[in-house]
Amino acid sequence: MAELKKIATRDSYGNALAELGREHEDVIVFDADLSGATKTSVFKKAFPDRHFNCGIAEGNMLAVAAGAAAMGLVPFASTFAMFAAGRAFEQVRNSIGYPHLNVKIGATHGGISVGEDGASHQCCEDFATMRSIPGMVVLCPSDDIEAKAAVKAAYEHKGPVYMRFGRLAVPVFHEEGMAFEIGKGEVLRDGRDVAILATGLMSYEALKAAEALKEKGIDARVINLCTIKPLDEELVLRAAAECGKVITCEEHSVIGGLGEAVCALLSEKCPTPVRRIGVNDEFGHSGPAGALLEQFGLCAAHIVEVAEDFCK
Amino acid sequence: MTANEKKELGILACKVRMGVVTATHAAKSGHPGGSLSAADLFTYLYFKEMNIDPANPAWADRDRFVLSKGHTAPGLYAVLALRGFFPVEELTTLRHIGSRLQGHPNMNETPGVDMSTGSLGQGVSCAAGMALSARYQKKDLRVYTLLGDGEIEEGQVWEALMFAHQHKLDNLCVIVDNNGLQIDGRIEDVMSPYPIVDKLAAFGFEVTEIDGSDFEQMEAAFAKARQTKGVPSAIVMKTTKGKGVSFMEGKAGWHGKAPNDEEYAIAMNELNAALAEWEAK
Repeated sequence: MAELKKIATRDSYGNALAELGREHEDVIVFDADLSGATKTSVFKKAFPDRHFNCGIAEGNMLAVAAGAAAMGLVPFASTFAMFAAGRAFEQVRNSIGYPHLNVKIGATHGGISVGEDGASHQCCEDFATMRSIPGMVVLCPSDDIEAKAAVKAAYEHKGPVYMRFGRLAVPVFHEEGMAFEIGKGEVLRDGRDVAILATGLMSYEALKAAEALKEKGIDARVINLCTIKPLDEELVLRAAAECGKVITCEEHSVIGGLGEAVCALLSEKCPTPVRRIGVNDEFGHSGPAGALLEQFGLCAAHIVEVAEDFCK
Repeated sequence: MTANEKKELGILACKVRMGVVTATHAAKSGHPGGSLSAADLFTYLYFKEMNIDPANPAWADRDRFVLSKGHTAPGLYAVLALRGFFPVEELTTLRHIGSRLQGHPNMNETPGVDMSTGSLGQGVSCAAGMALSARYQKKDLRVYTLLGDGEIEEGQVWEALMFAHQHKLDNLCVIVDNNGLQIDGRIEDVMSPYPIVDKLAAFGFEVTEIDGSDFEQMEAAFAKARQTKGVPSAIVMKTTKGKGVSFMEGKAGWHGKAPNDEEYAIAMNELNAALAEWEAK
């Protein structure tokens, strides 16, 4: 496959926020002393009066954002995924989720591709905690273009949205102007032997894997699921029914994420063998992002191995 | 404050207390102690201080109140009902299946409730977010929030206070109900938050200490808070948990326990007597 431009989705987030700010006066941004890393600094530069630092106090920030939403504004609150979905889980659950307030949570540095900072900052549990909250939309864009589209869609959506972005620059494989709708998956490649359902940076890995599998005579369907919740049930069920085998791929624990969401759906509505690729109930560690992704099997090569074994 | 105004508030506060006792008795659960300690404050806020319109609870420019100590919802519901947000008769549905009066405040179900609360330490942050937003929206309104003295053991409270001071939220008024008791006993025995006034002052608040059963002191404190510019205000009010019902006064055990039929009758007798006393003034 051709070499693609690489952009980290956290950069896409910052740029999309600044664009939203130009169009909508009701957009305000909160950050918790990580503006440079979460890229809300891009918004801050354009709209210093609408960017509010909360300091290193994430629980307070999320509840402050709830108050802003209760006043009719559309607050985007940002910090690392670990702190938004982990430390501040209960504030998100009780002050945002329960009253169903219109807060957008922009969580960056999701997954082990955080790299050198190590396990304390590599959040692989955010899908699990966020999708357990009633009414919460959970998004995990796969590249720059989808990330920008997701931020706009999150603004348009009435209700709480959790968005996970990455620190690592990843290939931009979508076309500008792509159609994006919350709750709708995207068939990146058709196929009949096995369906590979992926989210985040794993979607491009799944595409690469499908190319390699073609050489081995395996015709894989690849579906990009930016929306973890609400899951595109129709698309997933059709893929399961037509392919008969499903592989899920996520830069997240195999517990509580996309894999389990898919398994829950299929076990009730279309029992289908599933293999889950993700972080296998363990913590990450320090290292370069690329090496870590390979080590944890979050790469095309591992997807190929699993698919080959699955299709024997 | 005229004698007549004071009398009116005194009568209303008695009725708020009756609402608390009636609602928790009907629910067979709930939190009368802290609802009663704050009953005078609820009365003052909703009948004197706040700019609100019961006919239009969603009015965008109204003052906001966040009950950060959300477990004292019976007190808030009683005052909202008396102020005309919903029928007083509805108080007996508290905590029942299908009721709009949830165990802790729900902004989407109960007219007049500005924020869903219940998990301690969060409401004050929400109130700070409202105050900041109101300023951004150029709305000339004030935001009030009531915290328990046990509640301020939550670290998030101090995060919120730092935030309010950092962002110069002078449209925010934080009230602490210092009734001295939490579930497990006296606050100084469980996890002392004292000295509360000094701590709030150290966080940059303009602090006033009042007797939480004195409407004139309330009037002065809120007037001062309204005039304070550049920093947020705090009012620490000394109160008595269970105030107005003799056997509940000063008893931690009445934090989260409902009166049974016999206790209910005694409490209502006492409150009716207090009401008659106010009416005779």
